[in-house]
Amino acid sequence: MSVGEPLVELTGIHKFYGVGTEVEAEVLHGIDLTLAPGEFTALIGPSGSGKSTLLNLIGLLESPTSGSYRLQGREAGTLDDDELTRLRATSLGFVFQFHHLLPAFTATENVLLPGLNALGPVTPERREAARQLLREVGLGDRLDHPPGKLSGGQQQRVAIARALSLAPPLVLADEPTGNLDTHSADDIFALMRRFNEERGVAFLIVTHDPRLARRCDRIVELVDGRIAGDRPNAAVRESAPA
Amino acid sequence: MTLPFELVVALRFLREGRFQTWLIVGGAGVGVAVVIFITALVNGLQANTIKRTLGTQAHIVLRPPEEIALPQRSAGAGAALLPSVQARAQRLRSIDQWQTIAARLDGRAGIVAVSPIVSGPAFAVRGDANKSVAVQGVQPDRYTRVIRMDDKLVAGDFRVQPGEAVIGKDLATDLGIGVGDRFRLVTGSGAAQVDDAYVVTGLVDLGIRDMNRRAVYLGLRTAQALFDLPGGASQIDLAVDDLFGAEGLAQSLARETGLTADSWMKTNEQLLAAINAQTITTRTIRVFVSIVVVLGIASVLVVSVVQKRREIGILRAMGASRGRIQRVFLLQGAMVALAGALIGSAIATVMIRIFGRIARNMDGTPLFALDIDPALYLWTVAGAVLAGVLAAAAPARRAAHLDPAQAIRS
Repeated sequence: MSVGEPLVELTGIHKFYGVGTEVEAEVLHGIDLTLAPGEFTALIGPSGSGKSTLLNLIGLLESPTSGSYRLQGREAGTLDDDELTRLRATSLGFVFQFHHLLPAFTATENVLLPGLNALGPVTPERREAARQLLREVGLGDRLDHPPGKLSGGQQQRVAIARALSLAPPLVLADEPTGNLDTHSADDIFALMRRFNEERGVAFLIVTHDPRLARRCDRIVELVDGRIAGDRPNAAVRESAPA
Repeated sequence: MTLPFELVVALRFLREGRFQTWLIVGGAGVGVAVVIFITALVNGLQANTIKRTLGTQAHIVLRPPEEIALPQRSAGAGAALLPSVQARAQRLRSIDQWQTIAARLDGRAGIVAVSPIVSGPAFAVRGDANKSVAVQGVQPDRYTRVIRMDDKLVAGDFRVQPGEAVIGKDLATDLGIGVGDRFRLVTGSGAAQVDDAYVVTGLVDLGIRDMNRRAVYLGLRTAQALFDLPGGASQIDLAVDDLFGAEGLAQSLARETGLTADSWMKTNEQLLAAINAQTITTRTIRVFVSIVVVLGIASVLVVSVVQKRREIGILRAMGASRGRIQRVFLLQGAMVALAGALIGSAIATVMIRIFGRIARNMDGTPLFALDIDPALYLWTVAGAVLAGVLAAAAPARRAAHLDPAQAIRS
């Protein structure tokens, strides 16, 4: 990826569901969107506007019916399933609404899983790095707890640590605070903001919460599968604590 | 987490579904135990039956060809065949050139012992007792390599010098004699009658009462004189190393020598049919038990794939390939099967031990030996693991082809 190249580049993306059936529906009507490295973007819009579908497309979990998607300069449409899987492993981190940790693994092990998959058996160094990451998200005293013994906010912190464990350039978050009380939501949001600022990780955050969206650098609004608004949010930068 | 991804995830998934895991491990274990125990039981039973049968029989017996009555044809044109030809009575004859044949058989691959024999009927006489007996004239060193006589001796030695005889223990009772006593053997009739006295040097128990009442062993030369076959042998007994190849060998020997060759397999056709039926039964049991085990493992894994949809989706999202997910489930199949096989092997061993204690003859000796055969265990365990992988194939495919986006939403 050369300097100045966009991280994500969507051109003319259409997505149909149920092609060829009676319930055929167009969910995305020609989306053009670019995300720059290190951008902290909110994706907002009413239910059913296609936010999750767009996020899944960018996350390489679904493929567009037509249009071009370039991730770090690589055209996703030309890659086979194995190549997409590899790209997903190294370039993307995911944070889901219901945290989605694996219940059979402890907090540390959940953070280690992406590395176990991409790099092979865990070394002591990687284990220590995972623990360090968990300390950074404030879970130094919960390292070996299984997800079932953590609160919703704590689980989401583990999920963020897991998403960041392989230092991907982009983290996709699907309503990461949708399931949390206001206080926890603010904490989680602040945490993502911190990793964005300290490590330059780009975030694309789907959210229903206008309060949080207003604290992002850029707000992309999706209505009926079309981009209805895309504006930089300069106020944030200015008012953000230095 | 110091193991490869697939193994770590497979083990955790199994540990997480503990109840299901133990259920299916138990099922596989019982299946493996049944297969090993039944196979060991039938193998032991068959080995024992064959051992008992062959304890008193040669593997192959060569005899002179049967004498055939050729229809007479009158000379000249308009000849007519006689309408009826009576079969000839088979008299006691020697095998033509038996020394040459025996020498050739001695060096042949697959034949472990060759024993020329003169056998014929006689009467054992002592005082008023007069018993019909079957006399076998043998060379002891050769004969004992075909039929193990040392473990059948109940008194004395297997020694058949001129004037000596070894007889069945029930015949001794009938004649009221023991080792060191004398009796007479009478053959032929009229002018050809031979009547000689013998000293009993040993008593044998052949395991069958009827044979014990009739068996008389003499030296080969003695018997030749007794039956008026100087230098002859009426049959050649053979022992072979491949028991179940005996019939094939017998057929080729018959072709090569022109003699009648009967293998134990032919003379014990009923027994062989029973053994084959047993073998087929065991195989059928094995096949059906395997099918049940495969279906059991498969059904548990199918449920597990459904239960773990979301987790599979997350793993895919964090970059686990389809192949990885597939291997996670194949490994689960292999591991539950392996665990089941090990437990089943232990159960089978206990069952074999218990069977050895319970199943005993009236005198307290084991009914028959049940071997703990390492090869049987190895093959069964290997087969179980293969069955586990096979059972996991369809669930693993399903897991690998889950749509990750949908799976995560579920």
